[in-house]
Formats: sequence, structure tokens, C-alpha cells
Amino acid sequence: MPEIKPRRPVPTPTSSDAEGTAALLRELVSHLRGNRTQLREEWARRITEAKLLTAMTKEEIFAEATSIYDNYVDVLETGAVEALQAYARNLSERIIPRGVETHEVVGIVLLLRDVLARSLFEKYQSDFALLNRVLDAYEPAANRIANTVAVGFVQERERIIREQQEAIRELSTPVLPVRERLLILPIIGVIDPQRARQLTEQLLRGIRTNRAKVVVIDITGVPSIDSTVANHLVQTVESARLLGATVIVTGLSPEIAQTLVTIGVDLGKMNTVGDLRGGIEEAERLLGYKVHPLTESPTAQA
Amino acid sequence: MVVPILKQGQYLIASVQAALTDTDLLKLRDALTEQVGTYRSRGVIMDVTALDVMDSFACRTLSDLAVMIKLRGAETVIVGIQPEVAFSMVQLGLKLEGVATALDLEEGLAYLDQKTKRVARAINEQKR
Repeated sequence: MPEIKPRRPVPTPTSSDAEGTAALLRELVSHLRGNRTQLREEWARRITEAKLLTAMTKEEIFAEATSIYDNYVDVLETGAVEALQAYARNLSERIIPRGVETHEVVGIVLLLRDVLARSLFEKYQSDFALLNRVLDAYEPAANRIANTVAVGFVQERERIIREQQEAIRELSTPVLPVRERLLILPIIGVIDPQRARQLTEQLLRGIRTNRAKVVVIDITGVPSIDSTVANHLVQTVESARLLGATVIVTGLSPEIAQTLVTIGVDLGKMNTVGDLRGGIEEAERLLGYKVHPLTESPTAQA
Repeated sequence: MVVPILKQGQYLIASVQAALTDTDLLKLRDALTEQVGTYRSRGVIMDVTALDVMDSFACRTLSDLAVMIKLRGAETVIVGIQPEVAFSMVQLGLKLEGVATALDLEEGLAYLDQKTKRVARAINEQKR
């Protein structure tokens, strides 16, 4: 991901301009420091007004607003965004679990930008040319800050999503031995080609380690299937046969049954049973088990 | 690489230890079809646990072998196909159709026991 590189506060064509801009920024910073309390309060008020950060209390908003404000002014002064980047990451880490959305974070930073700009308008309203130059210095820096915070937040979010996907992937394919030589593989959720590959791998490995003879694959929890995945399923069934195991597929929904027939997957060799219960009964029959209830007394039978 | 063929009771066990060339495979096929008659074996087990590749020629030879041995009056079972090998075989369309497969040697023996018992029972019933 692209990092935002620190640059000089404002890129300018000539050195005299650069000096002028630097001087303006210094003036700007001292103005913002001077009016810190008032501007900060104004900002916090506008955040509440705009109904942003509703997941946080007023005090929390004010505390965060203070840190962001100070960071903001520091960046305007030094032009180095590293500290702000670190702060944005840290902030994101704290507020993402509380359900703060991207638009809220971008919103509050843009609000601060607006609050500060308005205070500048007020201060320089008598001298239009000077106001223009101050804004020339202020705008690029402010944009960069907004950018840094938003990117930091989104990156943190993406990192969390990636971690969660990883976790889901690990949890998503249990291979469960229910009886000696009988495995059950319940599949829940959408199967994408990557997950299909992983399923096959785990199933074949499970057959070997558990010395399974019969495997029941239950796809009750699979909402839909495409031709790639359907073919993969058929290949898995055939691979399992090469390892000497019989596969029973259960819980094909009407939609999946229709899809499979429509796309013309060869299901001749697939052993399918209506539901998981039927599948287990069939598997027990294949393995030579006979299950009957303990409570059934001889008299009841007679 | 010569594949040793072991006689174990009524069965022959061919245990492949390393990758085989096409010639080796044909030699194995010839030796097995020959020995099934010599020892009056009821079943043949091909153990391919050590193989990490099965190409189309090997698969076809094994399928043919199974049919030939059937014609000589015995059953064939292929055991020990590795999970990765199995899946790549299926992806290449090499499904060993009509050939019995089992997880390992033990399973293969159990399969043959069951199969030959069933045949024996059928013959006995016919006699009666």
C-alpha cells in the first residue's frame, strides 16, 4: 500500500515564495495555538451537531478531538505526517471495533478543516490578498492531513477484514469423525474455488488420517453453487474413491439440484441422499452398523 | 527397477517402491498375469503408496491389468494412492474406472477377503 511521504509543508516554485509560505504557516500555527480552546470546542460541537461518532460519548469525542487538533497543528507546523499516521492507526484500532464508519472519520477531519478555514476567513477578512495567500499555504497541508487520516483508517479496516477472512477460512471446513471409519464434512456458506480446493485437501487428508471408508458431505448450508465448484465437488468425490472411500452427498437444495442438472454436471457417480440424517443412516448401512434404541423393550416389540 | 511380487496366502502383493518407467510397468503387468495362474491366486494387490506421480500410461496399464487379471480369474485392488496424487489424477481425467481401490494394504486385504468370500459363497450356493 502506498505510504504518504512527508514533504516540505507546501511545494512552491521559487525560494522567496517558499519563505513567504513558511512565514505564513508559522503565523497560521500560532493563530491556531492561540485559539486552541475555542476552536476545539467549536469543532466538538459541530461533530455532535452533524451526528458523527455517535458510538462515542461527548467526553471521548472531546478527548480525541483535542489529540487530533494538536496533531493537526503539529503537522501544519512541521510538515511531517509520521506522528499523525501512527496516531490515525492507533485511533482506528480503538474505534473500529466500536462500529465507527469510514464516512464518520473522514467527516470529522473535513469538519476540522472547515472550522479552521472559517476562523482564518474571520481573521483575515479585511485583507483579501493576504487571505488568499494564507489559504494557499493552508489548503494543501490540510488536504494532506485529511488524506493521511482517511488512508490510515481504511488501511486498518482492510487489515482487520483480511485477518477475519483468514480466521473464517480456517474455521470453515471441519472434518468430523462421527464413528469409526465414518467422516462428516458439513459445509456452510458460499463455496468459492479457493475454499473448494481447501475442502478437497482437508477431506482427502482426513480420509487418510482417520482411515475412513465412508464420508458424508452435507451441503444443506450452501445457498448456491457454480459450475466450477460443482465440477470440483465431483472431482473430490472421485478422488475419495481412489483412496478407497465412498462419498455420500446430502442436503442438495432444490436450487442446487436444478443448477447441477442445468449446467450438465455428470452426477452419475455421485451418491446423493436427501438429508444429513438419511446420509448417516446410509453410511451406517454401508459400514454394517445397525442402530436401534435402547428403550425398546422385548414386550413393546411383541 | 524391478517390482517385487510377494505371495501372501491366496493373494499376490506387488509393492511399488519407486517411480516406474513404462517398460517396468509392462514387465510388472506380464509378471503378474503370469504368476496369477502359476500360484492359482484369488486376488492381486497393487501397492502404490510410494508413488508421487501417476501418469496416463500408468493408469491405463493398471486398468488393463485389472481386466486381464479378471480374465485370469482373480480380483485386483489398487491401494495406497496418496491424496495429492488422487486429486491430480482426477483433474487429468484419469479415474481408474472399474478398478477397485482401497486406502492401504490392510484395507485391500479386507476387500479381497470379502470379495472372494462372496464368490465362494455364490459357487457353493450354485452347487447346492
